[in-house]
Amino acid sequence: MKRSITRLLMAPSVIMLLVWMIIPLSMTIYFSTIRYNLLYPGQNNFVGWMNFEFFITDPGFIPAVSNTLILLLSVLIITVVLGVMLSALIDKPFFGQGIVRVLLISPFFIMPTVNALIWKNMMMNPVYGIFAWISQSLGLQPIDWLSSYPLMSVIIMVSWQWLPFAILVFVTALQSQDSEQKEAAQMDGATGWHIFRYLTIPHLARPIAVVVMIETIFLLAVFAEIFVSTGGGPGYDSTNLAYLIYNQALLQYDVGVASAGGLFAVLLANIVAFFLIRAVGKNLTV
Amino acid sequence: MSYLTITDLQKHYDSYHALRGINLNISEGEFVVFVGPSGCGKSTLLRTIAGLESSTGGNIELDGRDITEVASSKRDLAMVFQSYALYPHMTVADNLSFALRLAKVSDAEIKEKVRSVSASLQLDALLERKPKELSGGQRQRVAIGRAIVRQPKVFLFDEPLSNLDAALRVQMRLELARLHKKLGTTMIYVTHDQVEAMTLADRVVILNAGQIEQVGTPLELYRQPNSRFVAEFIGTPKMNLIAANKIVRHEDNLAIELLGQQILFPANRLKGPLPKTAVVGIRPEHMTLVKEGGDLSGRIELVEHLGSEAYAHLQLSSDQTIIIKAPARTELKDGQVVSIKIDISEIILFNENDRVISVIPEEV
Repeated sequence: MKRSITRLLMAPSVIMLLVWMIIPLSMTIYFSTIRYNLLYPGQNNFVGWMNFEFFITDPGFIPAVSNTLILLLSVLIITVVLGVMLSALIDKPFFGQGIVRVLLISPFFIMPTVNALIWKNMMMNPVYGIFAWISQSLGLQPIDWLSSYPLMSVIIMVSWQWLPFAILVFVTALQSQDSEQKEAAQMDGATGWHIFRYLTIPHLARPIAVVVMIETIFLLAVFAEIFVSTGGGPGYDSTNLAYLIYNQALLQYDVGVASAGGLFAVLLANIVAFFLIRAVGKNLTV
Repeated sequence: MSYLTITDLQKHYDSYHALRGINLNISEGEFVVFVGPSGCGKSTLLRTIAGLESSTGGNIELDGRDITEVASSKRDLAMVFQSYALYPHMTVADNLSFALRLAKVSDAEIKEKVRSVSASLQLDALLERKPKELSGGQRQRVAIGRAIVRQPKVFLFDEPLSNLDAALRVQMRLELARLHKKLGTTMIYVTHDQVEAMTLADRVVILNAGQIEQVGTPLELYRQPNSRFVAEFIGTPKMNLIAANKIVRHEDNLAIELLGQQILFPANRLKGPLPKTAVVGIRPEHMTLVKEGGDLSGRIELVEHLGSEAYAHLQLSSDQTIIIKAPARTELKDGQVVSIKIDISEIILFNENDRVISVIPEEV
């Protein structure tokens, strides 16, 4: 009796969430099996696996998958390594600590589109960008970042965007580190490096796992930075899966192939998540 | 020959003078306890000896070597912290061997040392566990083992028992006393608990407001305190203090007027000139209840029965209450008027500056 009432009361929200998830997913699955091109309305016949075949044999497919993974891993490594180092650096009190912390965290509040525009026009522009000015001041040829190193440019932008998140998590975690443990290590003859290596890094294992997981979710779907800055190019050099799907659906008007791509992206995300949880998830249970 | 010598040690924080010229000599193998109320500077003193705080004046010498400016890792001291400060990501064995591994001691030697320490502290069965899988007492033993394994010149303990429950605290106190007997290493121990200080120490250092108030064996401090602060700090329940408004010389005795009644105090036990007024200190255990003809009388306010003994709170006058130790099965009733006999040989006189102006007679 009591149990059925609980279920009854929970039902609306559970059903709501289920519908919320099931309808888009089943529509995507449905679209991926029919011919659905916006340029040829009304010809929605069933085509089986053909959309998947088109997507996988697309010349942009292999670069998109590898770019997605390169982007993901590079940004994860940059934000975690730099994040740990910077957080450890600003952990000890110094003059202006508060302002430095705010400055380090503030990029997180800038929306991705604006972030990309800042980097594209103010930093990386070969004519009036700051990098170009630095190169010229040193007597070097300015680099056209977005066309010469498109993927690297996107990695830099996204890392700049996500580094604050890592720092925010790590700074908070460092504050909970026991100071008596550090003093005990000091008495045991540990140098600053030993304390960092044997006490701080193990202490940060769990926050690192959290940062890696949360960032992975967002980094697999990076879109705005690419759209605003490189447009996926030159060629497919900075196209990732999300951008390729956008390309299929809204530049080539083929919703069927785009849906197939979306399902493939879900698959890829699950594969990545599987390995990531195997790699860092064990830290969460400790 | 002094082993650890502290000379005019000073510690200033921004606007706070935490240690005001500490002078102390500790001999090798001694168990010295720093005790005092919160904020008296006992922990600061210990941390300064350890090198975790830098001193702002004076110096510290250990075994003939000036260590005032030496890094804490090079001072050859080991410290046991109040929170134990075990390394949470390492097993007990790794915790014990951490210092040895940093010092690049050979594996065989590390293994042997960890084995012998863990055997002596009954940690053998726990070597592969992580600190969070241990009980409070076990963690405490690991923290002590981590200090022992390095064979330091001096052990420093910072309120090591204050996180344990009462029963375990008594047990660990005993184990510490045994450990000191066995190792014979110099130990410095900080506590705010006077029972720990009295039971463990060879010598007790009482600190007050950043200065040493008195140094002595537990019994010396109990019988012959230097000041009212020490007299009140040592002993539970606290020493009773009664103001004496009139003191006159009466042949070989001083006639001290206490609440309208006179007691006679041998004049040869007075240090210095005859004071006009004084405060008389009497411990609860140095008074007895008598039928009649006592030195003082009062009305019983409350009797606390502790089983092995009882404490009677007495109202002597409107603004003067005292505590008296009574036998366990006392017949005392609240509201009863009783007479008290004071053991004159144990009373202590304080002058208006709270310094002691009497001496305790030699024991017969």
